[in-house]
Amino acid sequence: MAETISLEVLRYSPERDAEPSFQRYDVPLRKDWVVLDALNYIKDKVDGSLTFRWSCRMGICGSCGMMVNGEPKLTCATFLSNYANEKCPVRVQPLRYFPVIRDLVVEVTDFMTKLQSVKPWLIREDEKPVSDGEYIQTPDQLDCYKQFSMCINCLLCYAACPVYGLDPVFIGPAAIALAQRYNMDSRDEGADERMDVLAQHEGIWGCTFVGECTKVCPKHVDPAGAIQQYKLTATIERFKTFLMPWAAK
Amino acid sequence: MSDARPTTRYTEYHPRWYRPRVSTWWWLARWPYLKFILREISSVFVAWFVVVLLLQIRALSRGPVAYAAFERWLQNPLIVLLNLITLFFVVFHAITWFNLAPSAMAVRFRGKRVPDLLIVGTNYAAWAAISLVVAWFLVRS
Repeated sequence: MAETISLEVLRYSPERDAEPSFQRYDVPLRKDWVVLDALNYIKDKVDGSLTFRWSCRMGICGSCGMMVNGEPKLTCATFLSNYANEKCPVRVQPLRYFPVIRDLVVEVTDFMTKLQSVKPWLIREDEKPVSDGEYIQTPDQLDCYKQFSMCINCLLCYAACPVYGLDPVFIGPAAIALAQRYNMDSRDEGADERMDVLAQHEGIWGCTFVGECTKVCPKHVDPAGAIQQYKLTATIERFKTFLMPWAAK
Repeated sequence: MSDARPTTRYTEYHPRWYRPRVSTWWWLARWPYLKFILREISSVFVAWFVVVLLLQIRALSRGPVAYAAFERWLQNPLIVLLNLITLFFVVFHAITWFNLAPSAMAVRFRGKRVPDLLIVGTNYAAWAAISLVVAWFLVRS
């Protein structure tokens, strides 16, 4: 095994560059190093101006998502040794489909706005007083939405979604999966409010079921599944308004 | 709905973001994307088989002479080639959609989610059963 590995990192300075360019770095190839370790090595020892987001180094914070050789990856969970036998350098780029602020840092306000629009919190018609105790839930009820609650907002699913790239008004995989996380929660009563946002072209109907969001998700959330399942729910509700106007929500 | 919007809007005025354009050929970049596009295109071929079926029914309703002409038309090498390609895409359409079915159908039974394999298996079993019934009719005649 070679002692070093080459990285081609996308560099973009809004003050200096009109276009981004790749810069090549050679870093030590250690068995226990991930791509994020290589970036931190570059920042500490080679070029302090390299800019990227990271925090926990253990797949929880969702900050270090980048494109590694064209695939959306959490760089803290992508081992350098996986690329050791490849002839080309490892290409590290900012997450696809997001505007680049600097080097590997992308602008994510668009996602934050969309996430808020689906009201990802428990909505109750009547809030009961704290003295009445908690809202009780069985393990089976928890199991209905637990998978969707594992999302860490790393945005790898957006970088994998060509629909979001081509049609940026699409609410996108993570926001819809998180809306479903609350819709499926037995304690929540806000499904109708969320439907106004979700059952639109910009919501679930924008999705063409490419399915890549689910494949790249590091937390196995299955956003593609959440969207298709919601399509069924929305269709049933739509038919209800035609067939049983009195029963429609 | 002002309450549903974040208060941090200053980023809109950032002058120098780099926004790469999505290439027209994005779907050639990765096999899963190409597979998705082929799956979408397969609907055109599914429609073609529907047209062939409608033409067949029309020929059938017009009597034996019209049906013989229809059969001759089917034997045209170009139509045979087109139908072979169509068969490939229809099978591709069926397999790719069957494999995606568990993702869209989260069936719960006694509080537990039905395993994906069971949902895919049921789809394939129904396909096989219907194909056998059709084959039985063809062999019988």
